[in-house]
Amino acid sequence: MAHAATAAHAPGEIDEHHWTSTGLNNRKVAIWAFIGSECLFFASLISTYLVYRGKSLVGPLPHEESQCMLHGKMQTCDQIFSIPLVTFGTAVLLFSSFFVVLALNGAQRGNHKQLLTWLTATVICGFFFIGMQVYEFSHFAGEGLGYSTNLFASTFYTLTGFHGAHVTLGVIWLSTVLILAARGKLPPEKSLNLEMAALYWHFVDVVWIVIFPVVYLMR
Amino acid sequence: MATSVLEHRAPAMTHTYSKTGLWSWITTVDHKRIGILYGATAFLFFLLGGVEALIIRLQLMGPNGTLVDPDTYNALFTMHGTTMIFLGVMPLSAAFFNFFIPIQIGARDVAFPRLNAFSYWVFLLGGIFINVSFLVGAPPDGGWFGYANLTSSRVMEATAAAPAPGMNIDFWVIGLQILGIASIAAALNFFVTIVNLRAPGMKMLRMPMFVWMSFVVQILLLLAFPVITVALVYLMMDRNFGSSFFMPDGGGDPIMWQHLFWIFGHPEVYILILPAFGIASEVLPVFSRKPLFGYTAMVFSGIFIGFVGFGVWSHHMFATGMGPFADTFFSLATMVIAIPTGVKIFNWIGTMWGGSLRYTSAMMFSIAMVALFIIGGLSGVMHASPPADLQQTDTYFIVAHFHYVLFGGSIFGLTSGAYYWWPKMFGRLLHEGLGKVHFWLMFVGMNLTFFPMHILGLNGMPRRVYTYPEGLNFEFWNQIETVGAFLIAAGFLVFIVNIIKTWIGPKNAPADPWHGATLEWSIPSPPQEFNFPKLPVVGSSMPQWDARRAAGGHLPEPALVSGDDIPMPNPSYWPLMAAIGVVLVLGSLLFVRIWPHWWQFMIASTLFLFFSVFKWAFEPTGH
Repeated sequence: MAHAATAAHAPGEIDEHHWTSTGLNNRKVAIWAFIGSECLFFASLISTYLVYRGKSLVGPLPHEESQCMLHGKMQTCDQIFSIPLVTFGTAVLLFSSFFVVLALNGAQRGNHKQLLTWLTATVICGFFFIGMQVYEFSHFAGEGLGYSTNLFASTFYTLTGFHGAHVTLGVIWLSTVLILAARGKLPPEKSLNLEMAALYWHFVDVVWIVIFPVVYLMR
Repeated sequence: MATSVLEHRAPAMTHTYSKTGLWSWITTVDHKRIGILYGATAFLFFLLGGVEALIIRLQLMGPNGTLVDPDTYNALFTMHGTTMIFLGVMPLSAAFFNFFIPIQIGARDVAFPRLNAFSYWVFLLGGIFINVSFLVGAPPDGGWFGYANLTSSRVMEATAAAPAPGMNIDFWVIGLQILGIASIAAALNFFVTIVNLRAPGMKMLRMPMFVWMSFVVQILLLLAFPVITVALVYLMMDRNFGSSFFMPDGGGDPIMWQHLFWIFGHPEVYILILPAFGIASEVLPVFSRKPLFGYTAMVFSGIFIGFVGFGVWSHHMFATGMGPFADTFFSLATMVIAIPTGVKIFNWIGTMWGGSLRYTSAMMFSIAMVALFIIGGLSGVMHASPPADLQQTDTYFIVAHFHYVLFGGSIFGLTSGAYYWWPKMFGRLLHEGLGKVHFWLMFVGMNLTFFPMHILGLNGMPRRVYTYPEGLNFEFWNQIETVGAFLIAAGFLVFIVNIIKTWIGPKNAPADPWHGATLEWSIPSPPQEFNFPKLPVVGSSMPQWDARRAAGGHLPEPALVSGDDIPMPNPSYWPLMAAIGVVLVLGSLLFVRIWPHWWQFMIASTLFLFFSVFKWAFEPTGH
């Protein structure tokens, strides 16, 4: 835009309208600060899950058989977690982090095909993970684990539910960038628009890397 | 809010925007205007909280008070605390953050101007949201700390007689969530602004102390508010969706609420006080004509206070019986905080020592802030010790303590800032004579109101009681306190008269009426929209004093310049739209128990929010 107006500067002076003290883009500093804030959000959720672990008064329970109310009568329920399914979902999510790196690399080098291919792959992985969680939640509900059934249910659904909401936001964000890219509106000089979404996406993955062992693997 | 992330640079700005009128304020993204909006709104909420306090004082003036019933009294002290903290002191600080952080670091605006407007609108609507509870007859009544399980009971059906049954706490829970979004968005903005928009040469250790303390506050906000967000989500689930996070009958633990609340709540008290520390650190050197004593020690003691502030939350919970190990740890950590605070106090005294003091209103408020904070700080060290605390907790001694730090500290500091910066914000100097009257009324009133609370507390008067019987020797001091409260109110009336008198008076403020040290005094009063025609280059922590010295003691008035060639961000109404979306989404949770279609409303509101955010993200920003 009318930046030429600032041509009053002698050569060697700073460009006032793109000046930042650190040399980093404002939005990049912002997303990192936001991620720092989010860490405390998930730390609170995970801490509560750990504090309340084993304090449930009735089943179903994650890792062992228990007495639970199902179809109107108390009966013995199996452990509720299906580790293989979630392991697969975890792998998909982790691969999506790798894919978005490839997509960003394509965006930065102006390789349109690489960008579109891997960004599409990332979004598909995201959708798959959300689908896995929807399946998991509805399966648990069928097993008699409602949101308020016991403390495990409340802490588990709140923690993984908020993570799922973050994944959903990430998918919406990445899809928006994908549409921009498909229309050719993501040239290399604007690759930061993808990098922001990618940083957020990596964060959501990293949180899952904590949640998966703490919630699913630790007995 | 992951919002302003898809911004695109606009092509050349093709049209100009009106700079006056209501619409220009609704769509403004100018940090100075947003700062004024924050200040005006917060001052109105502050007066509201003050009226609540006056009713409390009238009720307690004599034994067996009958002015209000117990339920109303509960609502009054709850809303007094909530209003003063979240709608008074925090946004009054935000007013100064907005107006002065960019100018003091030599920037033209904050990093994300539209996000800044968004923060303000969310704050305004959230404040209105909480106070609407009075109009529907369901004001929050569980204390500003909202202890479970006082607040977690699952309740009741609507009737014609009580259309909002038990919604008191829902207003509080959802209102605080809304205000939390405003705080986090603002904190992100100022964090990035301070990290990234400092003018050339403005190194971190050259930043004005107000900017430094504000910087610590932004970090505290970013790290503390997510925790209260989670706690409020749990409480809302307990109330509306049958979970048992804080319900012993389902295996939950009410103490868990206290932990989560105070992990937020203790950093919150530093969020309230550090801006006042920053203001005093600006005012005292200028009116002592000496540089701030021990600048670096001041910086690091501020950082240390913020850091250790996260490790002391359980000193609010000694009475819950955490055991000797936890008691010892939190007691020692709390006492450690007295060290950096003491460093600050000695440095303020060292700043004034041997200086040529000018007793302006701003200076008097800052000196009083230091003195009153010492009293509050000392009583704080007293109940850092668990045995002493067990005697003092839930008595008026605690009320005395936190009013000395929050009224004597925060409010005196912020009022000092108002007198100090008023000429810069509005181009008019507040009347000094009225300022002195304001000061003495407030100073005497403050001590009459809050000092006797120490005595009453040690004599066993409990907090939060709506009345007391005769014959307990509570009468005399309670009468004195009520007189003091009305002196404070009279002080603020004088302040309002002063504001009106100044408002209709001439524009009489030069650019640098106080011979200030920092960058805001190098530009005209009030500043032009772009602040600096040319970004300043900074060579020390007192650039304006350097310039004055280099000019032989006299600086010419800075000239107004045409800023037509300086690109500034476009105005936008999408921040307001997004803020309305946020309030609708969260507000729909108010109706969970009484309106079966609440979730359809929530989905519709979410779509509106997404629509607004997308319009915002793809709108040309103009710079």
